[in-house]
Amino acid sequence: MIQVRELTKAYGNKAVVEKVSVDIHPGKITSFIGPNGAGKSTLLSMVSRLLDADTGEVLVDNNNVKKMKSNEFSKRVSILKQSNFMNVRLTIRELVSFGRFPHSKGRLQADDIQIVNQALDYMDLMSMQHMYLEELSGGQRQRAFIAMVIAQDTDYILLDEPLNNLDMKHSVQIMKILRRLVNELGKTVVIVLHDINFASVYSDRIVALKEGRVVKDGPTNDIINSESLREIYDMDIPIQQMNNCRICVYFNS
Amino acid sequence: MKKRYLIIALILLSLLSLFVGVSHISPKDLLDFRSEETEIFLISRLPRLLAILLAGAGMSITGLIMQQLSRNKFVSPTTAGTLDAAKLGILVSMLLFTNTSTIEKMLVAFAFALGGTLLFMKILDQVKFKDAIFIPLVGLMFGNILSSITTFFAYKANVIQNMSSWLQGDFSLIMKGRYELLYISIPVLIITYIYANRFTVAGMGEDFSRNLGLAYRRIVNIGLILVALITTTVVLTVGVIPFLGLIIPNIVSIVKGDNLEKTLPHTAMLGAIFLLVCDILGRVIIYPYEISISLMVGVIGSAIFLYMLFRRKAYA
Repeated sequence: MIQVRELTKAYGNKAVVEKVSVDIHPGKITSFIGPNGAGKSTLLSMVSRLLDADTGEVLVDNNNVKKMKSNEFSKRVSILKQSNFMNVRLTIRELVSFGRFPHSKGRLQADDIQIVNQALDYMDLMSMQHMYLEELSGGQRQRAFIAMVIAQDTDYILLDEPLNNLDMKHSVQIMKILRRLVNELGKTVVIVLHDINFASVYSDRIVALKEGRVVKDGPTNDIINSESLREIYDMDIPIQQMNNCRICVYFNS
Repeated sequence: MKKRYLIIALILLSLLSLFVGVSHISPKDLLDFRSEETEIFLISRLPRLLAILLAGAGMSITGLIMQQLSRNKFVSPTTAGTLDAAKLGILVSMLLFTNTSTIEKMLVAFAFALGGTLLFMKILDQVKFKDAIFIPLVGLMFGNILSSITTFFAYKANVIQNMSSWLQGDFSLIMKGRYELLYISIPVLIITYIYANRFTVAGMGEDFSRNLGLAYRRIVNIGLILVALITTTVVLTVGVIPFLGLIIPNIVSIVKGDNLEKTLPHTAMLGAIFLLVCDILGRVIIYPYEISISLMVGVIGSAIFLYMLFRRKAYA
């Protein structure tokens, strides 16, 4: 369990995240939703230690993250940021192997190689493992990064808008993979999402932020209703039930 | 770019380099231990070869580290002010302490090279517009500012002639007793190899590094110290060799990618080979005179650099 306690981050006088307290339940997908500038990414960055909080604390399995060694932390929590652009020429296999870095410091042992192979297999990347990242499409590249995180083998996986710039097919593919990670491997996934319907269909819990504060926090079914959505987005959004999915029809509201 | 071809090329060119020069030395002469030829061989030819190998490998590795840490393919000691800062350091040591020993010069120049490179990296952090070409341009401007400061004070102190000898990289003055400082490159190369994986991770950016539990700032600082060390020793012994740190890592990157653990040996060897070829050409083109290495590398290197710029879209 990740416990976020009274986390605050301000730039100048403006608080981007203000006294946020949230529990991330293990073995679940938790989506962070909310309008632009609500502080979703900032919150995720603080939880993953990429950003220092002004006040408040984050506990991972009852350990204060500030007191954890960075190597220990990187064996428990991994994060993928939204911009995965990099002009480093690495093959998929090399990238995924670097996921073992916290464990092996770059000297891969036999079991590391096996874990890398499993991760490549799991993401269906084995056949193109020697291709360079720059040769891949957006969806393939995103899969390569997720494979790296799988190889990193952390209990908690945090993803900052992983569906950015992906088409529908690849977005669905990535979300299904995350679902499998939770169901089959028992991972805990926290994800910042823009598309409310992906949050509705795939997540177990939703945390809604607005102007740096938590406005809703609970199981998906408790949040995906017109009343709560109005509070979050200031929009009247009808909900349609289809094949056990609740779809928010926000396009013409 | 197979490793064994590089090794073979390196050995053949090294042998060639040993036996090209104004005085004719044949391998047979070396059998007589006290002949004049043997003496020339040991005092001039062998040191020259070693200096070329060390400087070539060293300068290309510094370029590789800088490109990785700045995440820009066009950053190198030439395009980040490192060389110019080292030169300024040498001038300062010449002005402040007369009769400076080489080690003192080295320490002052090292401090300047490190400071200059750190300053450039700080500027990089501030620049919002991170275009691949824009950043080396900033570096070149920064280097030119340092260089003009150097020229100004060198002019005031009447040492401009002395300084210009540092400007031109030149292997013809390399003799026994004048190049040994370059041996510092060897431990530096070994450390670089040990840190290769960390540099690769650092090259993927700060957030990415921290996700993998890497102490990003520390690795960047270690990398810059290594860069400043090699640059300083090369400038002090050989002089400025432009472009080497720019083109060699890029050529290797195109063929072998950016996984440093894999590409370091290739980069070091290709750098040494390239410098050897330039040096041998410089020695034979206007035989029995010599074209200085900085001119040779400058001409050939800038042509390759331009070519890379034009086909930049293909890979950078």
